[in-house]
Parts: sequence; C-alpha cells; structure tokens
Amino acid sequence: MSFKKVTTGNHAVSYAVWSSRVQVISAYPITPQTQIVELLSEIVAEGQLDAIFINVESEHSAMAACIGAAATGARAFTATSAQGLALMHEMLHWAAGARLPIVLANVNRAMAPPWSVWTDQNDALAQRDTGWMQIYNESNQEVYDSVIIGYKVAEQVRLPFMTVLDAFVLSHTSEPVEILTQEEVDEFLPPREFDPKFYSIDLNDPRGYGLLTMPSDYYEFRYKVQIAHEKALEVYKREVELFAEIFGRKYGVFEEFMLDDADYVLVTSATLTSDAKYAVKKLREKGIKIGVLKMRLFRPFPFEDIRRVLGDRKKVAVIDRNIGFGHHGIFYQEIKSALYPLEKRPPVFGYIIGIGGRDVTPADIEDIVDDMLKREEMTEIIWKGVRL
Amino acid sequence: MATKKARTLRDLARMKRALAPGHRACAGCPFPVILKILMSATDDPLVIANATGCMEVTSTIFPYTAWPVPWIHNAFENAAATISGVESAYKALKRRGKIKTEKEIKFIAIGGDGGTYDIGLQSLSGAIERGHDFLYILYNNEGYMNTGIQRSSATPMYASTTTSPAGKVIPGKLQWRKEITDIMIAHQAKYVAQASPSHWVDFMKKVQKALETKGPTFINVISPCQPGWNYPPDMSIELARLAVESKYWILYEYRSDANNGLGGYKINYRPRKEVSIVEFLKPQRRYRHILDRPELIKDIEDHIRRNWERLERLEKELPLEE
Repeated sequence: MSFKKVTTGNHAVSYAVWSSRVQVISAYPITPQTQIVELLSEIVAEGQLDAIFINVESEHSAMAACIGAAATGARAFTATSAQGLALMHEMLHWAAGARLPIVLANVNRAMAPPWSVWTDQNDALAQRDTGWMQIYNESNQEVYDSVIIGYKVAEQVRLPFMTVLDAFVLSHTSEPVEILTQEEVDEFLPPREFDPKFYSIDLNDPRGYGLLTMPSDYYEFRYKVQIAHEKALEVYKREVELFAEIFGRKYGVFEEFMLDDADYVLVTSATLTSDAKYAVKKLREKGIKIGVLKMRLFRPFPFEDIRRVLGDRKKVAVIDRNIGFGHHGIFYQEIKSALYPLEKRPPVFGYIIGIGGRDVTPADIEDIVDDMLKREEMTEIIWKGVRL
Repeated sequence: MATKKARTLRDLARMKRALAPGHRACAGCPFPVILKILMSATDDPLVIANATGCMEVTSTIFPYTAWPVPWIHNAFENAAATISGVESAYKALKRRGKIKTEKEIKFIAIGGDGGTYDIGLQSLSGAIERGHDFLYILYNNEGYMNTGIQRSSATPMYASTTTSPAGKVIPGKLQWRKEITDIMIAHQAKYVAQASPSHWVDFMKKVQKALETKGPTFINVISPCQPGWNYPPDMSIELARLAVESKYWILYEYRSDANNGLGGYKINYRPRKEVSIVEFLKPQRRYRHILDRPELIKDIEDHIRRNWERLERLEKELPLEE
C-alpha cells in the first residue's frame, strides 16, 4: 500500500527517482537542488536502489554522462538549478537531438548577476528551445508524480523530460506526499527494458551516434524532433489518464480552477497558483466571475486546449515569474500566440511578479485582478510591485 | 584478454579491425594507422566515445560510419564524461543480467589535443579521479587542426599556427607545451604512457597493458598532421620516427602501483645515435621561420634535454620493473 510521507519537494524528487528504478544518476551539487542528490546518494549507498551514482565534476559532465548512460540503454537521471542548468545548456541540445529519454529535475532559481538562490523561472524557460519537454509543478505531490509520468512519456516518444519546481517554496517546504509502493509504480512504469536496437552497445550491429550530417539530411532530424513533441502531447494526455485511473490523481496539460462560468481568467504556473486560487475564492465571494488556469505542460505547448479554454472569456491575465528581456513575460508571449488564430479572442494582459524570489501574496493577485478589470486596451507589459 | 599477436607489419596488415575504406581523413594522416594499431591490440569488444575533432568529422558522415565498433560522439569537451556514463550504464545493466557478452567490453575515449589538453581537461580529470574503467587515447597533432590549424596548449614553442603566426616581431607560439602526461600521472591514473605510430609494436603493447589494467588509463600518441605541420604527405610516420629519435617525443610509461605505490617510470626507447632536432624541424614549414635562428633552436634543444634528464632521473629513482 502506498503511504503518506511529510516531505520536501527536493526529497519528493528523490523518492520518485527511487520509485522509477533509475539505473544511472549523474549529478553535481548546487543550491537549492543539492538535497535531491544527497538523498539519492544515501539510497544508493544503502543498497535500496540498484543504481550507479556518478559524482561528476560539473553539470556539463552530469548531462554528458546521462547521455552516455541513456544511449547505452539505462534509465538516467540528473537534477540541477539555475547556473548549473545554464552550464548544461549545450548538452540539453545533445540529449534532445540524440532523442534520449533522460529525466531532469530543475529547481527554479534566479540567474546571476546579481547573485540569488531564490526562485524564478528564467533558468528553465531559457531552455525552451532545446527540445526538452517541460512541466511546472505547484505541489510536492505533483513533483513526485511528474517524475514517474515523465519517464513513461519520455521513453515512448524518445525525448528528454524536465520537471520544474520552485526554489524553497517547494524544494525546502514539507507537505504530505503519497509515496507509491514499488509494485504500484511498476504497474504504471515498468523497469526499463534494454533494447540494443536503438542504443549503442550492440556489439553485433555496431552503430555510430552523433554523426556529421550534411544539409541534405539534417533538416529532417529537426522535423522529427518536432513531430515527436506533437506526439508527446497525445502520449502525455493518455498517460495522465491512465495514472488517474490507477492512482486517482488527475493531471491535465493544465489545471482548471473555478473556470466553468468564469468571465475572467488568471493564467499562472507553479506555486504562485496557490495564492491565485486563494485570491480567486475571495473574489468570487465579491461576485467576480473569475478562475485560474494553471499551466503544467509548457513543452509540448497545448495550443488547442488553450484556445478551447480561453477563447471566449472576457479578459485574461497572464502572471509571469520570469521575463523575456526585450519582449514580454514568457508565458504571456506563448498564450497570446496560441490565441492569435482565433477570430474572436479576449484581450490578454501580461503581469510580471515575484522575480528573484520576491514573495507573492494573495493580496498581490487581487491587485492584479483589480488592474485587469479596469483595463480595456491591451498593453505591452505590466510590472507588479517594482520599487525604484 | 585474448591478445592478438602482431609482430611484423605483415601481421598488422592482416588485422581486420580497422576503419573502413572511404573515410575522409587527409592524405597521409596517421590516425587511421593509430586506430588500426589500437583496435588490433585486442580481440575484446570495444565501445568508443570520440570527442569532436578531425577524427570524428572525417570518419562518420551520415548515414555512414567507418568504425567497426559501437561509437558515440557527444560534443567536444566531454569524451571522458560520456564514456563515464556509458561504462556506468554497462555495469548497471550487466549486473541486472540485461547485457550478455562472453567477453568483457573495453571502453575507450578518444580525443585530440584540443579536446584533451584544453577544453576537455576538466571532464578528463573528473573521469580519471572517479576511477572509471576506461582507456583514454589522446591523438596529439599539436593544434586545432580540424578548425584550420590554431594553437592549442599542446602546440610546441615557436610553431607557427593561424592564431600564433610567425611574424616580424613574434616567432610563432611563445609557450612550451603543457606536459599532460605528467598531469595524468599526478592523477594517479593506473597506467600512463606516451607512444608513437612509428614504434607501433611498442604502442600496441601499451594498449594491451592499458586494457589489461582495471581502472583509468591514458596513452598520449603523437600524430603528425600533414596540413598542420605542413610537410609532404608521405612523411607522417617518418616525422613521428624523427620525433622519437630526436627525443622530442619520449616513449615512456608509468604505473601508479609500482614500487609499493610510489609509482614507477620506464623509458621504453633510447635512441642509439644522436639525431639533431633540426632533422625533425626542417621538413615542417610551421618551423621554417626559425631554421636560421640558432638561438631559438637552442631553446628547443635545451628544453628537450631538460625533459629527457628529468625523466631519466625519475626512472632511476622509481624504476618500473617488468
């Protein structure tokens, strides 16, 4: 039987990696991720998980070793944050281009300078175009489940999967998490089967990986990565349904909160969603018909679902804990682009908040809603709470 | 290990495991020879990680590969990190009974000097320190030849390259080559050696010793580069031989467990007659600007003598007995 454990987001990742019977872990310490790999080191040292832990000398090598391991046919995992993820950037392209189903947990942390260890999303969102799937989590339960779902999807579509959790708000905060038994996880995610056909150690049919490819062929490799992402959207939807059938927890490409009759929608992601939900409940008491759409799956991007849910609302406010410099908040950009093909579409307002771990409260969200309700014309960008 | 016996060039020519014809290495490039010696040294299955460089670019052009063994290229600076992952996955899968082979697979990472002395030094250091069971082969052509002959930290003093050009004021590169073989010895890699394709029996034995050793091992092989060193394409092996005969390139080996763990050195080849460094420098146009500069040639001679004397002292103090 599964059991409840009060645990941090970081340790929820470690338990999920254990549950997923990962075979090779390769990682380098960085705040606020370090606890993930500390606990994994213990689990491996105690013999509870039959995996090899490679203590690499950098995040670049962490991903390089994961690529070597996954290309050999092992289930591979790493975790990182911010500067570490940025150092890995080159290898993120390699992992996706080589079509390897690696899972990475990134604890969202603001990029330096100035130096910060607190949360925002620029580290992960800057990896948007590397070819990785990305999912954003609101709770430690989601964090735990998303690793397991991540491997299930990644191994079918042969794309790497990044699960993202907020620094400290999730990584170091304890919540009750339902930990599944090995038998339960095995039913959903069987141990990885070794398939020499696709991976490199086939001594009888030796192959080369990472070849020089001329313009006459390269283009199609990129096309196939895109097609894999399109397929991944379907596979993800199927797998979360299966997950819900078995374990009772239902995840969509996004979560809809009080949306049924909502005229106004707040689009959020990650932990500030909890503040938004709280604020929305209060605003509902005042008679404002408002709800929350919490983005989960960021890549592949669920265009159709976004259009279906947001298309005929009165107004939409997108709340970004990130900034695409010289442009807008990144979720804001994406939501606008998804709605553009619709003939009739709501005005969409983009709010920036909480960068570098600045606290976001329900009162801040209420202010955003007040502001949105007053506005008629769309504007470029709205910064919330800048102190100059 | 089933050790193949190749004592003569005729034996070597008959060895089957080599790059397939059709690769695009330059005329006269010695790395196909180096790879043939490497892969002929053992019957054991091999899995190879190759850093970005001319070997990678010329031997695997999609959809073809010239390699007769499983091969992975995963960027420039991380061949050692990549093989760490491959070797670890192999161990993890093997102990679960998922990979079945009669013989032990041997893992080899190969990089050029740019991918080893410079951009890949950190990942190599990490992989050696962690003690993965693999052999690192450095094919050392003394520069970034794939990108068009730029200086690396393996480029020798006074060599002219496109980023250390010989000019009216500056006579080519102004630094000595960093001694990466010493750096590997300082890591206490189990077995460390320098080799040359001109002395192929010695090289083959070193590969065999390295592959028989459990843990990380390292061989630094000189690989003359026709366009980079700029000499007639039929002279590659001859230049490698002159490098050894002039003591420019010392054939030696080191074992970290010799002398009760103090380590042991052995110079494998002592030139019988003195060969002037000028014989080695003269055919290479990268040195043409110093041939009439005896004071610069003397610098090189002094450096060679210091290196030789230092190694002889180490060998005397800490001999490696067979």
